[in-house]
Amino acid sequence: MSDENDHKLEAKSDYVADAPSVSTPDIDAVPEAELPDQELYHSHSWWTTYVFSQDAKYIGIQYALTAIGTGLLGLVLSWLMRIQLAFPGLGWLEPSSYYQFVTMHGMIMVVYLLTALFLGGFGNLLIPLMCGARDMAFPYVNMLSYWAFVVAVLVLLASFFVPGGPTGAGWTLYPPQAITAGTPGYNGGIILMLISLILFVAGFTMGGLNYIITVLQLRARGMTLMRMPLTIWGIFTATVLAMFAFPALLVGCLMMTLDSLLGTSFFMPAMVSLGETLTHEGGSPILFQHLFWFFGHPEVYIVALPAFGIVSDLLSVHSRKTIFGYRMMVWAIVGIGALSFFVWAHHMYVSGMNPWFGFFFATTTLIIAVPTAIKVYNWILTLWRGNIQLSLPMLFSLGFIVTFLNGGLTGLFLGNVTVDVPLSDTYFVVAHFHMVMGIAPILVIFGAIYHWYPLITGRMMDETLGKIHFWITFLGSYAIYFPMHYQGFVGVPRRYFEIYDSPYIDTSTLLLNKFITIAVLIVGAAQLLFLYNLFASARLGKKSEKNPWKANSLEWQTPQMPPEHGNWGKELPKVYRWPYDFSVPGAKEDYIPQNQPPSEIIGAKVEKT
Amino acid sequence: MIVALSIFLITIGSIAFHFWSPWWWTEVASNWGNMDDTILLTFWITGAVFVAICFFVAYCVWKFSYKKERRAEYKPEDKKLESRLTWATAIGVAALLAPGLVVWNQYVTVPENAYKVEVFAYQWGWKYRLPGKDNILGKTDIKYINDDNPFGLILEDPNGKDDLLVDADELHVLKDRPVKFELRTIDVLHNFYVPQFRGKMDMVPGIITYYWLTPTRVGDFEVLCAEYCGTGHYAMRGRVIVDEEKDYKKWEAKQITFEKMLAKSQNNDNLQLVKKDK
Repeated sequence: MSDENDHKLEAKSDYVADAPSVSTPDIDAVPEAELPDQELYHSHSWWTTYVFSQDAKYIGIQYALTAIGTGLLGLVLSWLMRIQLAFPGLGWLEPSSYYQFVTMHGMIMVVYLLTALFLGGFGNLLIPLMCGARDMAFPYVNMLSYWAFVVAVLVLLASFFVPGGPTGAGWTLYPPQAITAGTPGYNGGIILMLISLILFVAGFTMGGLNYIITVLQLRARGMTLMRMPLTIWGIFTATVLAMFAFPALLVGCLMMTLDSLLGTSFFMPAMVSLGETLTHEGGSPILFQHLFWFFGHPEVYIVALPAFGIVSDLLSVHSRKTIFGYRMMVWAIVGIGALSFFVWAHHMYVSGMNPWFGFFFATTTLIIAVPTAIKVYNWILTLWRGNIQLSLPMLFSLGFIVTFLNGGLTGLFLGNVTVDVPLSDTYFVVAHFHMVMGIAPILVIFGAIYHWYPLITGRMMDETLGKIHFWITFLGSYAIYFPMHYQGFVGVPRRYFEIYDSPYIDTSTLLLNKFITIAVLIVGAAQLLFLYNLFASARLGKKSEKNPWKANSLEWQTPQMPPEHGNWGKELPKVYRWPYDFSVPGAKEDYIPQNQPPSEIIGAKVEKT
Repeated sequence: MIVALSIFLITIGSIAFHFWSPWWWTEVASNWGNMDDTILLTFWITGAVFVAICFFVAYCVWKFSYKKERRAEYKPEDKKLESRLTWATAIGVAALLAPGLVVWNQYVTVPENAYKVEVFAYQWGWKYRLPGKDNILGKTDIKYINDDNPFGLILEDPNGKDDLLVDADELHVLKDRPVKFELRTIDVLHNFYVPQFRGKMDMVPGIITYYWLTPTRVGDFEVLCAEYCGTGHYAMRGRVIVDEEKDYKKWEAKQITFEKMLAKSQNNDNLQLVKKDK
């Protein structure tokens, strides 16, 4: 580098300006900035500050609260369904309402809660801060992204109020039943669901482009890709997946809308519907399934990869130890992301597609188990000889390891085509995916909220309430889903409003249903405790120190905490290392922030990163 | 301490639940007992991994809990260990996959002597069609479906004339004779599922899907629909009865052919015409 270039760039640093001559090797050197400092939009009215905010942190919180609010509806729906399953004698629900609740619960939880919360919520909050940027690359588009999401949610909720109610097609929306009489909401609710998804995809694309470009273009000086926190790697890769996967959902939704409204036959073969011959002809229901799962399987990883990334950071910070095998972790995230586009038809082993596909998709599916297993090994090896603080984020991370391990291993059952035949469409599947992409990511979300709460509010959440919340949620959800696998072995099919007294089902299976429902009610109620903690701590919580967990990543190194608009004051940070230098031999503290120059930690025996 | 202990107890509890809880699969009634074997193999391998990792986590949490004066180990990578673990996992996964693919090959390869039965699904119920004396199921088309021809057999196809039409939700099959279920639906997706048979396949309007099995024990089994098909999905039940030869013949003799059925409805029509004339 040369000093001549410096004054051309706005983001020059004091240090470089004062640097000794070029010939001396400079241990604190960082690469020059390649882009001028970002000019930010500054709000000037109540509306642009609190409603149409263009500050990524604020948008992140808006996204998160909207997603959590929608998720609460999903939670209440699950209560209603479980009460029906455990106490069918109550006559509590009509079959049609049961199916509507199943459908809305599934779609809300997967798309409107998890996807929106991880990418829209944590993505917006953390990407600029952890990369050392002032904001997202396109703050205005980012604001539009959030409001498109709000409209999508409103359209979804509106379907509860149209004649016929919301769609009861199952969250997979398989045609022909999704748009033929015999399924609740087949001509009203389903259309609103499809429109809502289309809006969601449009909004998400605006946000997603922002996340990708921000990570690629706006990283601080010295923040190489291989120095990024795994949280960012997870969110970044998940967003790339979403950019490729959501278009498949989008066209699927558009085609089904046309089939339903204009009478086209993309997915509709000639058929008789409740005694009436329809005019459709020649369409393929399986085509929809391919489109849906080409989106749907990467979607699993769109939810899982951010969770993988975040939990890696939580484990490292709270066990005061470097993440084990960082490079393998990065490649595992990227590898899982790439492979996730080659496994979709493992959801369709018994769909009636050419059965010979089973060989291919079983093989690719089991291959994906290898990078996933590497991640689990590296998490637990991070704990090995660590200095483990049993803080709330660590508790939730440990809960994640147990549930994710359990859910991941049952994936080896379902991915292995032969084993899938008896288990598919039973409660084994329900238990598997709730464990692996419901409970496991949600435990990470809780851990992440407890971890980053002080960054948002400047206060800590209450530890005692948090611990009660953890134990009920972790043990309770394990008690819900672990036994549920065994209902699947018995052969109890999913999406049954009522199982009656089938001769092959032992009455004790019905007893198990009651047990599970009671656990669901308790775990659900415990979330109220969390909500109370979340809102009350913003006012009553203990004031937090500046870097309460003594973490290395940049979000904790802002001049103010909570960071203000623009994040970094006058100077953008410079990065000298990866974020995992914990317990470095020879260093005074047990952590070295990413922006601490080597000249300040001369004695520390840091490995090159 | 409490955390380590809970993880330990969760692991022990899961094992205990697995071995001593009453919930397990039904006694198999077809040749697909080898599916159960692949499940058991998967259980042993994944179970061992589950226990090993949970115990490791519990041990770490107990042994390396926070002490202010202690420093964690600084060891960002261990290439040897990482590559060993990767290979061990790859081998474990291959050990699961290989037998799975072998059994799948059997599942999708129908024996030539399999007896063909059409399973006919609609919202929300089951009917069946047997190939009759010529052992060939006649061709069908959805356009032909009407009150006189509920299965939509193509009238010009001679193979259909002797087909036996079972206009009820109860099917009988012969013990020890391989049977190929040709799965047909006239409306939405369904799935012909008998828990004791283990087999499953979606039925898709517009195409005929299939799977096969050999019933291995006499019994009366419930048929369930295993692919969501609308409000009546949960009530879409039927029965399959596995018979010895004698009982099976008795049942078969009671079923009527397509030809007879057509003749009968023609008679009815004629009678009605006569009545109208009067």
